[in-house]
Amino acid sequence: MDHFSSAQFLYLLKGLGWTLVLSALSFVLGSVAGFGVMLARLSRIGPVRVLAAVFIQGIQGIPLLVLLFVVYFGVGIFGIDVPPLAAAGIALMVYVSAFLGEIWRGSVESIEKTQWEAAECLGLSRWQSLLLVIIPQAIRLSLPATVGFLVQVIKSTSLASVVGFVELTRAGQIINNSLFQPFLVFALVGGFYFLLCFPLSKWSQAMERKLNVGRR
Amino acid sequence: MRYTFNFSGLAPYWEMFLDGALMTLELTLASTIFGLILGVLCAIGKRSRLPWLRTLCGIYIETVRNTPFLVQIFIFYFGLSSLGYTMPAAVAAVITMVINVGAYSAEIIRAGMDAVPPGQIEAAECLGLSRPRIYWHVVMLPAFEKVYPSITSQFVLMMLMSSVTSQISAEELTGAANNIQSITFLSLETYIVVAGLYLVLAVLLKALFSLGGLVLFRRRRVVGRAARETARATRTATLRRTAAPRQAA
Repeated sequence: MDHFSSAQFLYLLKGLGWTLVLSALSFVLGSVAGFGVMLARLSRIGPVRVLAAVFIQGIQGIPLLVLLFVVYFGVGIFGIDVPPLAAAGIALMVYVSAFLGEIWRGSVESIEKTQWEAAECLGLSRWQSLLLVIIPQAIRLSLPATVGFLVQVIKSTSLASVVGFVELTRAGQIINNSLFQPFLVFALVGGFYFLLCFPLSKWSQAMERKLNVGRR
Repeated sequence: MRYTFNFSGLAPYWEMFLDGALMTLELTLASTIFGLILGVLCAIGKRSRLPWLRTLCGIYIETVRNTPFLVQIFIFYFGLSSLGYTMPAAVAAVITMVINVGAYSAEIIRAGMDAVPPGQIEAAECLGLSRPRIYWHVVMLPAFEKVYPSITSQFVLMMLMSSVTSQISAEELTGAANNIQSITFLSLETYIVVAGLYLVLAVLLKALFSLGGLVLFRRRRVVGRAARETARATRTATLRRTAAPRQAA
């Protein structure tokens, strides 16, 4: 039987790199889509609001794993050979957009109504008041939850391993299949995730304390 | 390319779907009960006066919260079996889920207990309540009521997360789906149906938890009834007020 050597370690590091790529990709794409979801949720047109709410509730009621399978096989029926990165990226984007849309809606709605009224008195349009007055204040409020959710995203990318995308967890599985030292390999994999997530969690907690959002 | 959906091809396998859904519910129920117990114990430990206990609980909570559930379950299932402790997949699934949800609920419950104003505890001391009674009636129960919504949504998330246990071949809903799609080759249809089933389970669970909140917390029922009565009283008062000038005229 082989032993754990630097070659395996490097392979894990490569997997870590892909985890970072997938996390960044899905977070950026998900943020853009999530902004759209938030706008739809705040819309003055009733049906749009309802549709966005149904979308959010729907995605939040389906496990990411199942969502991944649906996207993976769903894109597959068009006869295109989907690269696993694309399937995982799309599924995570949809997932992230639903959660971020809801987080951001919450922070926008927690800004006092008087701010909207003041902006209106200054002659700003609804769109201008949202972009220039409300969102700059809401970002401060939403930052802890957003960073907290980024931790969730990083952890969730581990599920992309099921559609064959070789990120950190999949790399661990592949190494474990040849070495069969699951404790060592998966503890190492877990350690890498911890190194990524722990500082972000602490940062999020520190911001939350500073803002004291919880006692508002 | 056109794709024709063939959902009817799945009809003969409805029993497998049902068994999977039941298994998911069983996993969720077990991990809710034991996870809650573990969570309460850890929350108490995290607030203890013993530094080593605080550190221990802190390490546990942070480790679980900052690593993926999939990796946790691999460590637990494959890691322990490599050391000679083999167990059925379902048992490993429940244990990992309990460990996972325990850490999350510990953090939620601790936050609730920390949010109890010190003045209330001092007031209870002045009234001569014993330490255990203060802990139970003034800290624990109000804290639990305060965090009930977030803790129940954590359990709904746990139900959804249980799908990951299919990766160690636990036969819950997603595991059943994996089997069905490998028999029928109707992959997309299978996973769409399963997504729908999870959605139904999630809605059901949420409704159940909010009903449970009403049963558990008497204060909620009383406040709810009072709010309704106040609303009715104001409505009749406004009606009378608006009706009065007309009578005078």
